[in-house]
Amino acid sequence: MFKRKSRRPKSATYKEVWQRGNLATKLSFIFMGLAQLKHKQWVKGLAFLITEIVFLIWFVFSGVSALSMLTSLGSIKSKRVVYDSTQGVYITKMPDNSVVILLFGVLAVILVLAMIGLYIANLRSVRKLYVLERDGKHVPTNGEDLAALLDRKLYATLLAVPIIGVVAFTVLPTIYMISMAFTNYDSKHPIGFSWTGFAAFKNVLSGDLAGTFFPVLGWTLVWAVCATATTFFFGVLLAMLIESKGIKHKGFWRTIFIIVYAVPQFISLLMMAQFLDLQGPLNTLLMNWGWISHPINFISASANPMVARITVIIVNMWIGVPVSMLVSTAIIQNLPQDQIEAARIDGANSFQIFRSITFPQILFVMAPALIQQFIGNINNFNVIYLLTGGYPMNNNYNGAGDTDLLVTWLYNLVFGQTQRYNASAVLGILIFIISATVSLIAYRRTNAFKEG
Amino acid sequence: MKSYRAQRRFSLIMRYILLVILAIVWIFPIIWIVLASFSYNDTGFVSTIIPSKFTLQNYIGIFTSKQFPFMNWILNTTFVSVVSATLSTLVTICVAYVLSRLRFRLRKPFLQIALVLGMFPGFMSMIALYYILKSFNMLNLFGLILVYVGGAGLGFYVAKGFFDTIPMAIDEAAEMDGATEWQTFIHIGLPMSRPIIVYTALMAFIGPWIDFIFSGIILSSSGNAKNYTIAYGLYNMVHATKGTSTQYFTQFIAGCVIIAIPITVLFIIMQKFYVNGITAGADKG
Repeated sequence: MFKRKSRRPKSATYKEVWQRGNLATKLSFIFMGLAQLKHKQWVKGLAFLITEIVFLIWFVFSGVSALSMLTSLGSIKSKRVVYDSTQGVYITKMPDNSVVILLFGVLAVILVLAMIGLYIANLRSVRKLYVLERDGKHVPTNGEDLAALLDRKLYATLLAVPIIGVVAFTVLPTIYMISMAFTNYDSKHPIGFSWTGFAAFKNVLSGDLAGTFFPVLGWTLVWAVCATATTFFFGVLLAMLIESKGIKHKGFWRTIFIIVYAVPQFISLLMMAQFLDLQGPLNTLLMNWGWISHPINFISASANPMVARITVIIVNMWIGVPVSMLVSTAIIQNLPQDQIEAARIDGANSFQIFRSITFPQILFVMAPALIQQFIGNINNFNVIYLLTGGYPMNNNYNGAGDTDLLVTWLYNLVFGQTQRYNASAVLGILIFIISATVSLIAYRRTNAFKEG
Repeated sequence: MKSYRAQRRFSLIMRYILLVILAIVWIFPIIWIVLASFSYNDTGFVSTIIPSKFTLQNYIGIFTSKQFPFMNWILNTTFVSVVSATLSTLVTICVAYVLSRLRFRLRKPFLQIALVLGMFPGFMSMIALYYILKSFNMLNLFGLILVYVGGAGLGFYVAKGFFDTIPMAIDEAAEMDGATEWQTFIHIGLPMSRPIIVYTALMAFIGPWIDFIFSGIILSSSGNAKNYTIAYGLYNMVHATKGTSTQYFTQFIAGCVIIAIPITVLFIIMQKFYVNGITAGADKG
């Protein structure tokens, strides 16, 4: 391991490589892989050269057009009839499909960037070869290069496939959606749309959607705070109850609660919606017991917004408290007992011990997990979508109900009747900004807290 | 002294009573779901706690239904989840191992990019994924597998947290003895990570059984119910048929109970890993 470091040769600038390198080295600045081929590194050299040829062929035949179309997103924006003078007839011209143009444009940009990255890798490799030759050192053979892929370059081997997957299924869609926020892709421009800059942002923040955005944002934040705080607090209490002295069969009690969380959410929440229905079993039961005279409208379309919101938070506790209980159990079992003993000897009662010792310690350990839960709750699609579907309806809102979060509203804007794809992309970006800001501030503060 | 003991006894009894009440409140809706799956009912909703008439007809109905090919859904989902669990585990473990044990120039940027990408809501990418798969004619089970596996590269936090706990000294010892990094990975890294491999595989296996959103977007366009996975099939059963064929509602509940049982059992077995996952995943470094 010490050998490796001392073997690293003195580097050279690219200028030096260009000026003093031989013909193959110089040509490598244009034709990737030639220097490697000259040094009999067939595998590497051919890989570089073939990639460049394939890239250039693609670039000439479809890359250029994909990139140039990206600037306008297609010339024909709507269906129209034009006179074709060569054939002497009227023909119907269909609009260019901007969705596909944008998708392949983004893909082309990613490919070009990947090629630039590969070109830089080629230059590095050429420089390395130049330095090795200049210093009269041993140039790695094909076999040695391939062996390095399983040794010092193992990371590249193992990451290759996952990175392709992430780029294709996460990076590409994300960039695509971000660019969609700067277009007018909506129900009026369903096929051919164009770049409109920040118009969609303006629409959401001060235009016709602002009247929905700010109330929904407010409820999303209130919901995230309430949902995180209630599940955490009651989870800790439940864990302490199960862990308290004298309770037997702790594993059994924990399992009972965990079952609720383990049942797939689309089942438990859909059934919960049924359970809370106006004619559902809960109302029937409460009426049979004589606790209420009329069925309570918990979550349906005509429910009281306040009742529906409180119901959603309570149902979320039903799902969330067990997880929080599990995590805090693990923490409680590892808490140092000496402080608690000392406090007890000094005459503190159970409540004081909980308030001043146990709870702060759990809070301290759980702080990062709580931040994550908070962000998870901002994006908590399942609970709202499956339980209330955003109901009760609010006539002042555009495509959203009283319990809709930003993320379910985003879903409605895409898959509902309004079809405002650009607005949904704007929402996605805004949600990202909120999540990033919250976690940045929170991580900073917890780190400062830990160090101070 | 006696009063102290009586006081403790009283406290214990009170705690037991509280625990029993809470347990009943929590488990009650679940029990109701199971009871409802046995109820004879064709009104589209169940309004009683204990069914007025017990029947096995719902379970027989869901397996023999022509409109809702339940067996096809189970087979499809099994296929998707086995393939995607195998590939996703491979991808996740590789990424987690590399980011935790190996040091290279782009490691920090990769972690940061992963963190940033994770903050975009997953729904944003759905439209794009739909068009990507459509343009490659992949709006089917294989496309669904690709989506699951493609996302696996970013779900490395739990496994990375696990690898971080294994002392680096072991790797260094292997290196001193002349092992290549590949040999270290195969002969030391993988054997020690058996628990996390099992956890990752099971989590990836469960995914397709509970995901009704992505599977819905990708599979619904075919319009053929035989191509659905179970989560979307069941979800579609209550949503697409709402109003017109309410007699299927109890069959839906029966189908839910059938798939909820194995998933619940798997999850309870894995609860310990899950806790480690939450606490380890919190420390994204």
